[in-house]
Amino acid sequence: MKKEALVTYLRTKRVPLILCGILLIAGTLVLAFAWSAGLIGGRITTRTFLKDTPKTYPAGYRRAHGKGICFEGTFRASGEAVPYSIASVFAQQKVPVIGRFSLGSPDPYAPDNSTRTASMALMLTADDGEQWRMKLNNEPFFATRDAEGFLKQMEAYKPNPSTGSPDPARVTAFLKEYPEAKKYVKWDATAPWTRSFAGAQYNVINSFILIDKNGKKQAIRWSMRPHAAFTSWSVSQRKQASHDFLFEDLKKRIQKGPLYWDLVITLAEPGDAVNDPSQVWPESRRQIVAGTLEVSHVFDQADGGCRDVNFDPTRVPKGITLSDDPVLRARAGIYAHSHSDRVREIGYGKATDAVVKHQNDNPKNK
Amino acid sequence: MSGKKNRPSAPPTQFNITARILHWLMAAMILAMIFVGLGMMTSLTWRPWLLDLHVPLGIAILLLVIIRFINRLSFPVPKMPVSMSKFQSKAAGTLHWLFYGMMLALPLTGWAQLSAGGFPVKLFPGVNLSPILPQSPLLYALLHDAHRVMAWALFFMVVGHFSAALLHAWVYRDGIFSSITWGRKMTIRSEEPPASAAE
Repeated sequence: MKKEALVTYLRTKRVPLILCGILLIAGTLVLAFAWSAGLIGGRITTRTFLKDTPKTYPAGYRRAHGKGICFEGTFRASGEAVPYSIASVFAQQKVPVIGRFSLGSPDPYAPDNSTRTASMALMLTADDGEQWRMKLNNEPFFATRDAEGFLKQMEAYKPNPSTGSPDPARVTAFLKEYPEAKKYVKWDATAPWTRSFAGAQYNVINSFILIDKNGKKQAIRWSMRPHAAFTSWSVSQRKQASHDFLFEDLKKRIQKGPLYWDLVITLAEPGDAVNDPSQVWPESRRQIVAGTLEVSHVFDQADGGCRDVNFDPTRVPKGITLSDDPVLRARAGIYAHSHSDRVREIGYGKATDAVVKHQNDNPKNK
Repeated sequence: MSGKKNRPSAPPTQFNITARILHWLMAAMILAMIFVGLGMMTSLTWRPWLLDLHVPLGIAILLLVIIRFINRLSFPVPKMPVSMSKFQSKAAGTLHWLFYGMMLALPLTGWAQLSAGGFPVKLFPGVNLSPILPQSPLLYALLHDAHRVMAWALFFMVVGHFSAALLHAWVYRDGIFSSITWGRKMTIRSEEPPASAAE
């Protein structure tokens, strides 16, 4: 009887201990889940980059580069990139392209003279079904070496509500932490603004890797080099420009005939900063013209077409892979959130302006 | 299967070997998938790599759950111990079928979501699966949300299922846990003399 009582006693002790152990295991799993989801720990996630998304614009617009226009075109490969990559877009005669020109401002109603940043986004679909998505800007390099730097830059240059301009102490602190950004600040202050989408060169900024048929790798960057001449404007010309000057100019040019850009690939050499988009490679690097983009038709982004496309630059075809450029990798998640947020707004019918075709009836667009 | 009908066989004390292997293999895969999915939606660095893992792993789970489902329907399974209440056995049984539903629905909504969003469903570089839905913002919205909500629900189902399993293994010791493992069979089934297991 005594022995049995002891066993019973141990049993009653054992059960709470086991329950604690099970709770500990379950709790650890739940904590790991919450941390991975970014709910606890306060780490920077790709969501952090969208926290400043303006709530003032109608639903359905892109979270960045909201004002844009869709285009259709054709990419004709020259064959020059074939020795470096097995991607079929480099060998195919004609590759259909859907794309978008956009303004750097997040505001979909921004006046065209409010930013120097013009962008081209593309999606090439080869006959074998492989897609090549890319996003290019007319800036020659990225301001910071990593994606966190971009957040800190935004934070540092946020206008102080009382003075209306950025706090100099915060800017200094940012430039101390990210000295490479000085190069960008200088470029931003001095380089001429483009006066036309047609004459701008668009640069991929991030680095990628080409893979040839033997598996050999070649680090690259590329640009879309315009056939049209670059044009700029004086500050007074720019200030007097109409609200939609750049987009009107683009439509007028396309009416006269297609616009062309050469896809110029720059081949890195050992020692070039492949993992740092703020560093420009030397001008002497070998360049090849992989083909020519013909932009033949533009249409309103509210009509669809390019509207629901995520121009995520990490979606590359077989024969191209990503480099270890941290900004490139961060873009994948940030673009994904931006895309799913706005497509869900469109899908659930919350979008108004972003999907309905408006014939100049929007007072803000006049 | 048909040959077995002749035998008035007692229900097995363990799930068959296929079920046990698939159970533990898929448990590891599903737990990994949930964390890969979370990482994809948060990581500044690993999203492209995790996405390349998420799609083929998801398709593998889809194929395995079909095999597992057929196996589940084709062979007898252990009975719940008599010590369990009717309600408990019913709830456990329902939960097991809900697991099958989730394991099937999550890969399908993932595949469908990529299709509706116009994304390639990349299994391996150069190998894409066909879309199973046309491109549509509404379908994308519904599937994207369904995929996320179900993934979260599945995670908490897994935690609950695992906690309950440990409870049976360490506290009740009623043979439920050992029915899916290779360990010592803990049959405290008083009404069943052990001799009947002899074949």
